[in-house]
Amino acid sequence: MPFTPTDYLPYDFANRRHIGPSPAEMAQMLEVLGVGSLDELIEQTVPESIRQAKPLDFGKPKSERGLLYEMRQVAKKNKVFTSMIGQGYHGTVTPPAIQRNILENPAWYTAYTPYQPEISQGRLEALLNYQTMITDLTGLDIANASLLDEATAAAEAMTMAQRVAKSKAMAFFVDENCHPQNIDVIKTRAAPLGIEVIVGGPDELDADEVFGAVFQYPGTYGHLRDFSAEMEALHAAKAVGIVIADPMALTLLKEPGAMGADIAVGSTQRFGVPLGFGGPHAAYMACRDSMKRSMPGRIVGVSIDSHGHPAYRLSLQTREQHIRREKATSNVCTAQALLAVMASFYAVFHGPEGLKAIAQRIHRKADRLARGLEAGGFKVEPEYFFDTITIDVGPMQGVIYNAALAEEINLRKIGDSRLGITVDETVRPGNLEAVWRAFGLNHSRDEFPADYHRIPPTMGRKSEYLTHPVFHMNRAETEMMRYMRRLADRDLALDRAMIPLGSCTMKLNSAAELMPISWPEFSEIHPFAPRDQVQGYCQMIDDLSEKLCEITGYDAMSMQPNSGAQGEYAGLLTIRAYHHSRGEDNRNVCLIPVSAHGTNPASAHMAGFKVVVVKSDDHGNIDLVDFRAKAEAAGENLAACMITYPSTHGVFEETVREVCAITHEFGGQVYLDGANLNAMVGLVKPGELGSDVSHLNLHKTFAIPHGGGGPGMGPIGVKAHLAPFLPGHATTGGREGPVSAAPYGSASILPISWAYVLMMGGTGLTNATKVAIMNANYIAKRLEGAYEVLFKGDQGRVAHECILDTRPYDESVHVSVDDIAKRLMDCGFHAPTMSWPVAGTLMVEPTESETKAELDRFCEAMLAIREEIAAIERGEMDAENNPLKNAPHTVQDLVNDWDRPYSREQGCFPPGAFRVDKYWPPVGRVDNVYGDRHLVCTCPPLEDYIDD
Amino acid sequence: MKFTEEHEWLDVDGDLVVVGITEHASEQLGDIVFVEVPEVDTAVTKGDEVVVIESVKAASDILAPLDGEIVEVNEALEDNPGLVNEDPTGKGWFFKMKVEDMSALDDYMDEAEYKDFIA
Repeated sequence: MPFTPTDYLPYDFANRRHIGPSPAEMAQMLEVLGVGSLDELIEQTVPESIRQAKPLDFGKPKSERGLLYEMRQVAKKNKVFTSMIGQGYHGTVTPPAIQRNILENPAWYTAYTPYQPEISQGRLEALLNYQTMITDLTGLDIANASLLDEATAAAEAMTMAQRVAKSKAMAFFVDENCHPQNIDVIKTRAAPLGIEVIVGGPDELDADEVFGAVFQYPGTYGHLRDFSAEMEALHAAKAVGIVIADPMALTLLKEPGAMGADIAVGSTQRFGVPLGFGGPHAAYMACRDSMKRSMPGRIVGVSIDSHGHPAYRLSLQTREQHIRREKATSNVCTAQALLAVMASFYAVFHGPEGLKAIAQRIHRKADRLARGLEAGGFKVEPEYFFDTITIDVGPMQGVIYNAALAEEINLRKIGDSRLGITVDETVRPGNLEAVWRAFGLNHSRDEFPADYHRIPPTMGRKSEYLTHPVFHMNRAETEMMRYMRRLADRDLALDRAMIPLGSCTMKLNSAAELMPISWPEFSEIHPFAPRDQVQGYCQMIDDLSEKLCEITGYDAMSMQPNSGAQGEYAGLLTIRAYHHSRGEDNRNVCLIPVSAHGTNPASAHMAGFKVVVVKSDDHGNIDLVDFRAKAEAAGENLAACMITYPSTHGVFEETVREVCAITHEFGGQVYLDGANLNAMVGLVKPGELGSDVSHLNLHKTFAIPHGGGGPGMGPIGVKAHLAPFLPGHATTGGREGPVSAAPYGSASILPISWAYVLMMGGTGLTNATKVAIMNANYIAKRLEGAYEVLFKGDQGRVAHECILDTRPYDESVHVSVDDIAKRLMDCGFHAPTMSWPVAGTLMVEPTESETKAELDRFCEAMLAIREEIAAIERGEMDAENNPLKNAPHTVQDLVNDWDRPYSREQGCFPPGAFRVDKYWPPVGRVDNVYGDRHLVCTCPPLEDYIDD
Repeated sequence: MKFTEEHEWLDVDGDLVVVGITEHASEQLGDIVFVEVPEVDTAVTKGDEVVVIESVKAASDILAPLDGEIVEVNEALEDNPGLVNEDPTGKGWFFKMKVEDMSALDDYMDEAEYKDFIA
């Protein structure tokens, strides 16, 4: 038989990996849409006038094998040394059970932010464990569910201090012993807000001239100091005291709460989260109870469900940007959920005794190292320390530093004559000998038995921590594995069903893209490692930047922002710096359409801009007349406009070029929010529309998973004239200050986006956009007649998402958008985005990754829900006791006495629900009012869970 | 009782003015979960944000309706913010203020005018 080549190429599969509908399914779907081809649909959807000139072309896409081979070659260019640099980043041992069951488990990393509490109980519990751990370790009353990194947490603490302090002073004191990146990020944040930053030694603090002060504990050079006196002085002056504390050190040392601190922040990186060249890591924040309503970020709280049983939820949501807009407590919109979960499991895994033992080992090794150096005649500072020492070696600095490099050990250069050495969990006795050798000392590991004289008794920790039973469970890996599995099973992530969240782009995060992040060449690199050790990272970042520039039509890219909102803030700072460089400091007005995402005004406020709101017309489009009038009124004070494209209503507005032109006419800069870039890649380039800067949500458009509420990555692209004003960093240069602790933000997740782009290629990326648009239009079409689709384009098409109007049913039979969202859980779906951008509606974004079968399952569920509403409308179904009002249905409902006017079958197995693989929400509807009125944000005692 | 366009009510109690939000406003806000009342003895200017109210779905600022001084606040709201829903014009009051010029009250709507305003 002759050999017939099969028409199957690895890179075809690559494109299919991310593109749900098969070619046959696609043909059926296009028929439903009444078009002959995908391109015909795109012509009806994306106006010709805004289309990009040339198609994207990145050469031949890579196969999975090809990609992983290339990735290996690049990874090899990173050198994995033992980094004893410290400065807030430490080697850590990720327990393999946590790496495999959490970090590498799609049940955890593909989940969305837990806004729908009934289907998020697992990660909410893990995050509550995290908050409990932080409250215990810091000795404060309440903690949030993580912030982006330690430096931004410190900057958030500063602005929070200003909100709560009764002192009217306009200055903020920063201990000079803070890590340099913390000081730098605080300075960046302070400048546009008009806060004067005073950097000095703790003894120089004049409490009367500041509204707050921050101290690092232990200090960046290792110092231990009890800040009780400083806290007392600050309180006397009605100012706020902040301590940046290392949670590992707190297992041995007096906690900030015991010193009288009001706020504590820090990084939980060394609780099992890999270095990753700077991130992602979870920062924490804790504060006094009286300040909780001013605390930024998400806070998990305990409420009750419809059966009166404990249930977790995100509490105090109204402080956030989607409600408070420019008055929000901050623009922090995301957290580092996955990393916070890892850190909390690290604590569950080791328990308080284990953590203490790890900290003691770290301290013993640091002590032995110091004594060895002292025996060799070196003067070790400080006298008292936990894990970090500094040695003044005078002109020998370079020689010793290089000798350590030859031993594959990185030390920290401080000034011209000092060296810093930090010991962590991974440092072995052999590493101590190698450091001694670098100092010219031939000690052996057994010469210096440890003592504990380096921690003064007055600084020792007296209080207990991690007393809750969850930190004392049986730690056999069997139990640990099952606990992680139980929690994961409570949640509905992408590994179970489509998550059709409008604006959130819950696309596939493919396995091949994610594998490299666990490789040591990416995960075990210190962010301040010497340049020649990170050549692989540099090559990847350069190539990814170049491709993202090509995709967006910009000239330069900064990878620093750790989230979309931080990208907005960084982009606006770039614009601000540009205006200032031209002597136009007066430019401070930022035009923002009323339809914009709430983070826009919050970010503009942080960048020191005055927000002027521009009207939208009935179709959700920017009102051009009003826009021009407001731009004209601002005149020479116009700094920027912030627009979202396609609009937050999911429409490609034809007037976008005009909006850009008007802004430029009055000397302003255009910030185009990249939240909806998934509808543009390969079709439209923001840079070609006239925009000057955009952020890109790599965690949406470029396949980084949402991690159950973080990490995110929000790099910004800019036109050439803004490039000099991008965020800088002490380690990589630049004229502007940093917005993040690490020069490339959360660098270790960049391989995901790079792999995505390389495996998709230009054509694949463009096809993804087209199919995303097709999938959204398919849903809109199938639901036509049942639900009104708001905001269609001229030709009756939507972009990559569609808004379903459910308000009429609230009016007719009091079925709210909440009821529909909760009923979808019974059908085995995560609800679409609720009440945004229009209150009382659902916004559906299926992404390109979903197959026709899954879209059909969703449409059938939605149609059945519509039929249930109709039954109420006709009076056939009770207006109160019906499947919508009682949703979601739990196993508890099923086994209770069934007193409902509909069957168990209808209640629990509506269309869309799987028979065998049925997803059961673990709790009934969660009571939001109860939760916010009775705020509990640490693990409740176990008796609360005992069924009555 | 007088009413503002921000849905506050003002009631004269001796030489003091009592301030709260109307039933209409409390219905619009939904279940109120937190009320932050100002500190006693604070001097305020008309238009200052003096109270923050949070419901499950919204957060709002209440503005000082007149120039004056806050002399008493409803501390019961701290433990029971639901009073604003249950009895907005009674037990759900926010604060009492001392006002220099009581005639400034005349600028605000009376009950009939307010009813028209929200109709």
